[in-house]
Amino acid sequence: MTAVLDRIGLAFIRLFEQTGIWFRMLWRTITWTIRPPFEVGEWLRQMVRLGVDSIPVVFLTAMFTGMVLALQTYIGFSRVHAQDFVGSVVALAMLRELSPVLVALMVTGRVGSSIAAEIGTMRVTEQIDALKTLATNPVQYLFVPRVISGIVMLPLLTILGDALGIYGGYIVTVKLMGANPVLYMDNSYKFLEMNDIWSGVIKSAAFGLILTLTGCVRGYYTTGGAEGVGRSTTQAVVSASLIILLTDFFLTKLLF
Amino acid sequence: MPIISLEHLDKNLGGKQVLRDMSIDVDRGESLVIVGGSGQGKSVTLKHIIGLMRPDRGRVVIDGNDICSMTEMAVNQVRRRFGMSFQEGALFDSMSVFENIAFPLRRHTKMDEEQIRTRVEECLELVHLHNVDSKRPSELSGGMRRRVGFARAISLKPEILLFDEPTTGLDPVISDVIAELIREMDQTLNTTTVTITHDMKVAFKIADRVAMLYDGRIIEEGTPDEFQRSTNPIVQQFIDGRAEGPLTERE
Repeated sequence: MTAVLDRIGLAFIRLFEQTGIWFRMLWRTITWTIRPPFEVGEWLRQMVRLGVDSIPVVFLTAMFTGMVLALQTYIGFSRVHAQDFVGSVVALAMLRELSPVLVALMVTGRVGSSIAAEIGTMRVTEQIDALKTLATNPVQYLFVPRVISGIVMLPLLTILGDALGIYGGYIVTVKLMGANPVLYMDNSYKFLEMNDIWSGVIKSAAFGLILTLTGCVRGYYTTGGAEGVGRSTTQAVVSASLIILLTDFFLTKLLF
Repeated sequence: MPIISLEHLDKNLGGKQVLRDMSIDVDRGESLVIVGGSGQGKSVTLKHIIGLMRPDRGRVVIDGNDICSMTEMAVNQVRRRFGMSFQEGALFDSMSVFENIAFPLRRHTKMDEEQIRTRVEECLELVHLHNVDSKRPSELSGGMRRRVGFARAISLKPEILLFDEPTTGLDPVISDVIAELIREMDQTLNTTTVTITHDMKVAFKIADRVAMLYDGRIIEEGTPDEFQRSTNPIVQQFIDGRAEGPLTERE
């Protein structure tokens, strides 16, 4: 019995410890962002890696999500003769929720993991120590460009996802189900407010911060050789995904 | 006044007391080699000198400044006077050899591309490497990686050079070549050098003074001759590399 309680207690202590480390590294990242030198070249390189290279994944994810969403709502809505409103549902769901969250989760799997693996390998092969001995702060050199690229590129990817999702819904409803194209597009826009777009974009910027910083922190605190790098990579994806889903609820509830 | 002075360092890592009241001074211009078995705190000592670790108790004084009480920005200023070479080289594997050596120059000097190229070539020349600047670290042999690591360490013309196990994992011939190179660099660059190793042959070759670290403290130090004549049975067992003796009985 005490052993069980022990483990529960330890798990909680670890959770608090990890949370503390995460916020401390967030603070250090912020303070190192505003200090020169500004490595704009490195920022751009990371933006290409996180943003541009993720376009194919985002393309497929958003397009098919829009398509399946249209298909499902069409089947349900036609039972109550409300199929004209499929466009509104697809647009609202994509903009406010699905595009930001799914894009963030896909990018976490693609980039969050590779950030953790890269920085983790640098840790276990002493490259992080080498950076320090060359009078270079690892937070400034490694964290800042990655976190900035996350905050900048995720909203852009999300907007791309919005457009593709709506287009995917259009294809299914109009081409496959034979709905009226003018009515579909009209209904897609009619019930939208600017806030629907902004809420998704702001959330995705927060997700961009979460997934890159989690990857960096997990990599930075890697111990134990190749096995440790593997563990950090997995933990980066799992914890970033969880934090994204939790934050999503609270951000939606609090802000919008 | 010694340029490096470690004063009464205590360090506990993960419940293990790695350093116990450990003190040693390094004089300007000398080559000190710290020897000792695995897990006796050699690497930890080196990491304290350059501020990668901070002691639980005690002071690390570099040229009169206690780096343990400094902010990170101030420690970075002190670190520019150091060059450190790591066990496996610790080269940045996302960059070419040229970019590795140019990295500190780009960050800490105002040199233009032409000057950087000249300096990188000088450094590669000093470690006797040719035609490798466009290669990736993964394409190099172990001995070459160490040398590129040396070249990167000396690119900012440091006053103090630190070598962490420079010959571990190399064959005896290459080990000797690397030891020669360290000796040569120490003399031509006129630096203070601290090397840690468990290879006694290398130690005697490059040292002005040898110190032995055992159980978290220095148990013997002196010139290579004095060290070899030490009456301490632990030191004698380590020099001879014997399986029987006080070092192994304890375990």
